[in-house]
Amino acid sequence: MNLFVIIGEALRALRLNRMRTLLTMLGMIIGVAAVVLMLSIGQGAQTKIKQSIASMGSNLFLVVPGATSAGGRSFGSGSVKTLKVADATAIADLPNVTATAPVITGIAQLNYSNNNWSTTITGTTPDYFKIGNWEMQNGNIFTKSDLRSMRRVAILGEITAKKLFGEENPVGKIIRISSRPFQVAGVLAPKGQSLTGRDQDDNVFIPVTTTERQITGSQFPGSIQYMMVQGESAEKMNEAETEINQLLRQRHRITDGIEDDFTVRNLTALAAVASSTAKIMSLVLGAIASISLLVGGIGIMNIMLVSVTERTREIGIRMAIGANRRAILTQFLLEALMICIMGGLIGILLGIGGAWIVSQVADMLIIITLSMVGLAFFFASAVGVFFGYYPARKAASLKPVEALRYE
Amino acid sequence: MSLIHPSPSSDPLISVDNLCKSYRMVSSANDSICNQVLFDINLEIDQGEFIAIMGPSGSGKSTLMNILGCLDTPTGGDYWLAGQNVALLSNDELARIRNYKIGFVFQGFNLLKRMTALDNVAIPLLYAGVSRTISRQRALDLLSRTGLANFTLHQPNQLSGGQQQRVAICRALINQPSLILADEPTGNLDTQTSREIMALFEQLNREKGITIVLVTHEKDIATYAHRHIHLKDGYVIQDKNQNTELISDKIL
Repeated sequence: MNLFVIIGEALRALRLNRMRTLLTMLGMIIGVAAVVLMLSIGQGAQTKIKQSIASMGSNLFLVVPGATSAGGRSFGSGSVKTLKVADATAIADLPNVTATAPVITGIAQLNYSNNNWSTTITGTTPDYFKIGNWEMQNGNIFTKSDLRSMRRVAILGEITAKKLFGEENPVGKIIRISSRPFQVAGVLAPKGQSLTGRDQDDNVFIPVTTTERQITGSQFPGSIQYMMVQGESAEKMNEAETEINQLLRQRHRITDGIEDDFTVRNLTALAAVASSTAKIMSLVLGAIASISLLVGGIGIMNIMLVSVTERTREIGIRMAIGANRRAILTQFLLEALMICIMGGLIGILLGIGGAWIVSQVADMLIIITLSMVGLAFFFASAVGVFFGYYPARKAASLKPVEALRYE
Repeated sequence: MSLIHPSPSSDPLISVDNLCKSYRMVSSANDSICNQVLFDINLEIDQGEFIAIMGPSGSGKSTLMNILGCLDTPTGGDYWLAGQNVALLSNDELARIRNYKIGFVFQGFNLLKRMTALDNVAIPLLYAGVSRTISRQRALDLLSRTGLANFTLHQPNQLSGGQQQRVAICRALINQPSLILADEPTGNLDTQTSREIMALFEQLNREKGITIVLVTHEKDIATYAHRHIHLKDGYVIQDKNQNTELISDKIL
């Protein structure tokens, strides 16, 4: 008996019990929709975190000045001004380091015509933007020559630019930072929130040399608050860390047995934790959705078992007129499989629709990939075969004479 | 149509040697009772015979019929169908024999519910691997010749008992079997309809040479058959030939 005929018989049986077929299918629809929805939410969250990590920059070290203590009282990290701009320049020459950016920060009041805005001011070098994966929305970053000549140029974060200029183009305009005139060289493209929740777009950047002299002032010329260091590659992070440590100890003339006056922090560890958390979250979501798929599958097995019992006489008649066991097995298996495949397809559509609604209503990043849809469909079919096999086998193993006698 | 009576070949269609059938019934946890239904049945049925198996209820005639139809297996003895030892056949081969060689007609018609007469008749062909279009064509052909041309798209519950039994007979005939097994085919029908159905069997036997084995407990139905086999309590108590040509003509 060819397969198309059996498919026809299976479809006929499903049509005869339309309500039952629909209700059974509902379990499958909900299961598959849940899987698609949960996977897309998980994938979206993972991607969002990856984006945040990438926006932070890759292979990063944060080098902060060390702690000091006086009269038995300890001060925290950064309480001494041991790090210098020159240290950053020297570290940049290390073999496993690609770039460094010394940073001095403070708070400053910004003015432009009638607008004023208070924000974080960051004095740094052009490499800062390279390390942090910053992109320009408008204009240019300041140059090394701006740095050398301590020019009063500024780069605005997107929000700062909006607060001061509104819709006006800030590039080339003169703003006042702590009452001193600065020319706007460029505006950064927005990056959104950092992993720690800080708004990365509300700030102003100026050359590190200018900051010390013009804005913050310092009792220790050339000292910085911290520096960002970018390692050459993810694999060479440990080597880079050792090199930075050695170089700084040497430059700061720290002899053996004396504690470092600085701390090197590897930021990739943080990123790894964040991304593994996201991965676990999407796994948990997927697992919960799979349970509903499993329950749907058990529902199918249940209904198919009832159906086999109910149709025992029909099975007997079919056997008496020449159906072999494989034909009976195939028919019942196909019935289960078709419920799953149809339910799966509807579930996929529903899941995609649900994901779209979630993305609209909850403003979440939702990502649906073809492999996700394929996976859901594959599992739906697998559930059909798995849970359909037992009832189908039960039908096929009936003895013709007993099936015929069944009332 | 010409009256061709197939000459009995040297090989009988059905040959049954010392056939026994018993059912094991579990009466308690580790005790079972063996209930024997058929004892040492010996039968030879030639191609083209019209046989009535008779006996009171519980005599084992339906069990014998099920074994002859390869729906059930004997617990002892041999059953040879068209030269093949049925005991040695696989389930698939048995299904094939039921499909090609045997047509069944039941007391309760056993048509598939909510399926048209046409499709009911066509199913055995579908299981034989014939395409749906050809199967339907042949089913339509057969139904027309049985006088059911106007009822092809009716479902069983829209047909009278006689019409349903005719559909069942068409279904039994669709694969051109050499043997038709009819288990109380007139049990659910009134006298007039019973006569019509029996006339149909008689005609099939006479014109196509199809071997018919009929199970009945009604004497007047049995008179259509050429040979009567009487069963009682699982034993063959009588097996005799008789001439029924005249009786059949008289009713037609």
